[in-house]
Amino acid sequence: MISGGIIVMPKTIQLDELECEFKDEILDRIPDANFDLCLTCGTCTGGCPASEQLDMDPRKFLRMLLLGMDDELKSNPWIWVCTMCGRCQSACPMDIAIPKFIYSLRGSGPRDKRPKGILGSCDQHIKSGSAMGVPKEDFIFTVEDVAEEIRENQPDFKDLDVSVDREGAYMVLNQNSREPVTEPDELGPLWKILHLVGADWTYPSVMWAGENYCMFLADDEGWKYIIEEFVYHIENNLKSKLVVNTE
Amino acid sequence: MRKYNIPHTFKLTTIIELYAQWIREGKLKVNSDWNKDLKVKFTIQDPCNIGRKSGSDKIVNDLRFVLKTAVGDENFIDTIPNRSNNFCCGGGGGALQAGFPDNRQAYGKVKFDQIMATGATYVIAPCHNCHAQIEDIGEHYGGNYHVVHLWTLLCLAMGILDESERTYLGPDLAEVGL
Repeated sequence: MISGGIIVMPKTIQLDELECEFKDEILDRIPDANFDLCLTCGTCTGGCPASEQLDMDPRKFLRMLLLGMDDELKSNPWIWVCTMCGRCQSACPMDIAIPKFIYSLRGSGPRDKRPKGILGSCDQHIKSGSAMGVPKEDFIFTVEDVAEEIRENQPDFKDLDVSVDREGAYMVLNQNSREPVTEPDELGPLWKILHLVGADWTYPSVMWAGENYCMFLADDEGWKYIIEEFVYHIENNLKSKLVVNTE
Repeated sequence: MRKYNIPHTFKLTTIIELYAQWIREGKLKVNSDWNKDLKVKFTIQDPCNIGRKSGSDKIVNDLRFVLKTAVGDENFIDTIPNRSNNFCCGGGGGALQAGFPDNRQAYGKVKFDQIMATGATYVIAPCHNCHAQIEDIGEHYGGNYHVVHLWTLLCLAMGILDESERTYLGPDLAEVGL
């Protein structure tokens, strides 16, 4: 390094003196995250489609954690470009929990400063039962309307049975809310298959949608609330034995 | 539920595993005769959540069984890599609404190139985030493929897909089995 014409030796980083508060904080919650085992081999980065986006990659990001660069980490928008897909960890020879590290970072700042789109979808879900913010009455109306159309127009399916909240149904289906909201005609083929095999099924009216943006927001409280409401409804009201994810 | 220790007595499954079970049991009578001469090619985007993150390849193997039954073994072309080792499409983790669309599309270029290398004209992406992202990168980078739901394809193969349920099919399949 040259400073004012004088050659200055860069200072050695004294690892023992580093303060890595955020690392310690995550390790409290995830003791087996293995951060210190990183060999810097770069396997994570080599197979990560988010590498190089915003001039960042998983290996650099982990270095920052291990060097205690907490402020730089917490303000880095790369946490919203990484999708927490888990390919890095599954390829990592030391099984380092990079997705959980990203999740912890997402949840480290104030909730209202997280991306508006994700925040909005999470809030809608808590309020209405789906990320698209559809009141359950509208969901029920759409489902009944599409089913009626099929019964009228497709003679093979004049007995098609589609229900919401039918107590005792063996299966409960969840459905991504984009389907009933933006492409309701796409629901018909699924119902027809269920009809053909004689499935005993229903939709839940509570937290009916398959998506969960509170999870993406790293809003533990919201995520937990959605799941608890859903589980309560299935266990106590519908008493169904099987929950089927349609995606 | 595991994460929050929420007790429950019901079991969880996916519609893909049920399709596979129903086909094996003979309840769902699907075959690929309709595609014998057409030879329309299909590929799969393995959603991370049902592949790598589910802890096994069971669901994505069932997905291949179901798709091959419906379109014919020779008309299914896998991406490389695939299943637990797939590349994320870039639409997950909230990315569709995270406010970084340019980065999301750049991320998706890896998946787009994989799909184009298969030469398939139809992509099955059984996760709504994957579905939307793959449609978006297809438009963005000029892919000529369609993204369709598995249930649409199963009904097509069984000859029960109504005209009103074909919005997302290409012209090659618009009339098949009507």
